[in-house]
Amino acid sequence: MDCCESRSLSPTRRSLLLSGAAFAAWAYLPKFAQAAGGRDPRLIVVILRGALDGLATVAPLGDPDYAGLHGSIALSKDGPNAAQPLDGFFGLHPAMPEFARMYRDNQATIVHAVATSYRERSHFDGQDVLESGYAGPGRVQSGWLNRAIEALPRGERVTSGLAVGPTTPLVLRGAAPTVGWAPVNLPNAADDTAMRLLQLYQDRDPALATALSQGLKLDKLAVGDDMKPKGGDAVTAMKQVARGAAKLMAADDGPRIAALAFDGWDTHAQEGGPVGRLAQLLGGLDSALAEFRNGLGPHWRDTVVVVATEFGRTAKINGTAGTDHGTGTIALLAGGAVKGGRVLADWPGLANGKLYEGRDLKPTTDLRAVLKGVLHDHLGISERALAEQVFPDSALFKPAKGLIA
Amino acid sequence: MARDPQGALIALNRFGFGARGGASGDIVNAASDPRGYVKAELARPQAAILELPGLRTTQDLAQAMFADRLEVKTARDAAAKAAPVEAEKKPDPPAVMGNTTMTVQSDAPKSPPPVALPPNVVQRTFRAEALARIQRATIVEGGFIERLVVFWSNHFCISASKGDPARMWAGSFEREAIRPHVLGRFADMVRAVEQHPAMLFFLDNQQSIGPESRAGKNQKRGLNENLAREIMELHTLGVGGGYTQADVTSLARIITGWTFAGRDGKIGPPGSFVFNANAHEPGPQQLLGQVYEDSGVTQGEVALADIARHPSTAKFIALKLAQHFVADAPPPALLARLEGVFRKTDGDLKAVALALLESNEAWQAPVAKMRTPYEYLIATGRLLARIPEDPGRYFAGLQALGQPLWTPPGPNGFPDSNAAWAVPEGMKLRLDLAAQVSARIPDSLDPRELLDVVAGEAASAETRQTIARAETRQQVLALLLMSPEFQRR
Repeated sequence: MDCCESRSLSPTRRSLLLSGAAFAAWAYLPKFAQAAGGRDPRLIVVILRGALDGLATVAPLGDPDYAGLHGSIALSKDGPNAAQPLDGFFGLHPAMPEFARMYRDNQATIVHAVATSYRERSHFDGQDVLESGYAGPGRVQSGWLNRAIEALPRGERVTSGLAVGPTTPLVLRGAAPTVGWAPVNLPNAADDTAMRLLQLYQDRDPALATALSQGLKLDKLAVGDDMKPKGGDAVTAMKQVARGAAKLMAADDGPRIAALAFDGWDTHAQEGGPVGRLAQLLGGLDSALAEFRNGLGPHWRDTVVVVATEFGRTAKINGTAGTDHGTGTIALLAGGAVKGGRVLADWPGLANGKLYEGRDLKPTTDLRAVLKGVLHDHLGISERALAEQVFPDSALFKPAKGLIA
Repeated sequence: MARDPQGALIALNRFGFGARGGASGDIVNAASDPRGYVKAELARPQAAILELPGLRTTQDLAQAMFADRLEVKTARDAAAKAAPVEAEKKPDPPAVMGNTTMTVQSDAPKSPPPVALPPNVVQRTFRAEALARIQRATIVEGGFIERLVVFWSNHFCISASKGDPARMWAGSFEREAIRPHVLGRFADMVRAVEQHPAMLFFLDNQQSIGPESRAGKNQKRGLNENLAREIMELHTLGVGGGYTQADVTSLARIITGWTFAGRDGKIGPPGSFVFNANAHEPGPQQLLGQVYEDSGVTQGEVALADIARHPSTAKFIALKLAQHFVADAPPPALLARLEGVFRKTDGDLKAVALALLESNEAWQAPVAKMRTPYEYLIATGRLLARIPEDPGRYFAGLQALGQPLWTPPGPNGFPDSNAAWAVPEGMKLRLDLAAQVSARIPDSLDPRELLDVVAGEAASAETRQTIARAETRQQVLALLLMSPEFQRR
């Protein structure tokens, strides 16, 4: 917040080696590595809250109806700020040069005309369906990524997910242990105080004991001197959480699975075209993806980043140069483990009779098929566990094949 | 009357902002009659109103903002003339405000200014409004009414991050649209909220224009359904409350023309709610099975009044209130009672609040809910009897804990469940904050006495022992602030 006073804070971070209870919790830190075959997969799920305009991000330039529908904010093939060419039909928003590079390096794939099973237009129910992995909203208090962790082969590995941000997104909530980290500039409490408090919680309030002991662990690892929060704006924040998460995940004993959420994609008015509000957000997302690639270093090779949103936006712009809540949208896959350089779409077309309820891009791919394909081929989760446990009632939507290199 | 220490904790923490330090005697007073203690607040006249010298109306604030903009622009133009080589920063995308166009401060990355500029009128206003709210919550006995204000303000939230007008009006919105109605009629609050410039700006309705209206035909602009959808989904009926996409579009048409006057004052005093007939979609509209004839602004007012007394609204409001005050999964009997009172009294919020306070379930539910970050910070200030003169530390603390003041992540407000707040990173940050506060503990304060202020005889043996064994005064206070007695309600 620009109204916050800036304060000089102690640069010293928590010195490591928490004793006692915190160490017990330390064992929760994932050792997801040492899988046979030398692969050590990492998975990052990025939730874009507010409903991303898929048609503005990956524009169907070859569709004859696109330019008319998206009107003043449509991307174009040429001119200043032209869309970046993808496959001849689709063009990528010019604010995403890093993602374009990954695409050219065959490390990024776009799935278009995709949606969850949700067909209403409430953000909050839409996010619930997206993150819970259930067919409808309000059914469960756990997320599909957490249940996927539970379904991982146990063996010697201890797995846990990393939630990035001051709260855990639903997608990662559930029975499997999670840890959290947020780039926040507060000096740490003394270890001795933390240990005394943990003891009190263990005696009086076990739920808080679990939460606190997990919360104490990761900060030291994620935050170096270069990680002081600098700006307060959304774009800087995206970059920052990505950098911190990448740093944690790059460690040999760091988490292998992470979820984070970026807000602000609800572009009802003055959405902007090649430049403007959405462009700024996409630029933030793009730099976050670059932070993941750079921060994960050699592990990027074994990484998949999934970017998904609760639904899309209307195909036709509304009366205020923005878009209202819609249905079909895009999902992005990035990472060295992705079989990239492709736009996957069973394109429904944008002609008048082809739109969902006469207003939205019609979904032709179920997002669960995409997510199941990633979880199956990247993490080795069985088709059965995916259909029964991770995405209940999704047997009809088989895991998409060939998403992983 | 017998003492009821557990009841006192519920009265002060579940329904209020916690016991005040110093010589308040809150815990003792509450223990003598917990229910009466909370109910007494409802009898204080005008208790929800916040009026202080220096807190200005939305209209006054609008004019101050416009004047400030003009001044800045004039200064910038003069500077540009003096040094024409200066590279121009790309202008932010314009947003339409009222019937004028103005630039909205965006969330784009800004290079830090070379020298610290004095806060502008928007920042000064936000700070003053925040300080008034925080001071009131810190001083007031009990705090049930202030908790209701925070609850309703979050229910009908706007976000300051939307742009300067929202930041400028965040406080005046709460004082003008929420506070007068927290013990009044729900329908009145709905109308005040949906006609307030801050809400019209936050959910884009000032830009929404009936396609068949005069303005719609002249310009290439049209409908924006953002506010209409959130009115039904978040403010009244609740999702699943029985409306369709067609109803959303109908309500959006019905409230076209609901806007506020811009700087030029052409359609009304700048910053005032205006019904702009030129932008209003003509003709009758069908909404939730009823036809609303086009009667100008009253078409929307009648529709909102009907939505406000809809059975789905009663159910939704009962659920949200009970979830906030009592439990994430409230007892069904409590929900049924609150819903019934809401319906029977046509949304009399004082009657609903009383029904909540008179329900045994509300007092008997286990102390399981976490205080929100805001409640935690306010309770801390109360305990230390520290009335802030500057809201800066509160801003920083709330930001760090994930609940920046008047800046929720979306129009559904901040979450209200343990799943959101009793989480690893959140707990660690609460502890860091407790340590930071404790580091500044004044020498005059003996924190060992504070446990009795916080919880009296309801303090657990474990917490008592942990406090007794702590090594320093700072550690005592940090542990006390993090104790289950202080964190849960």
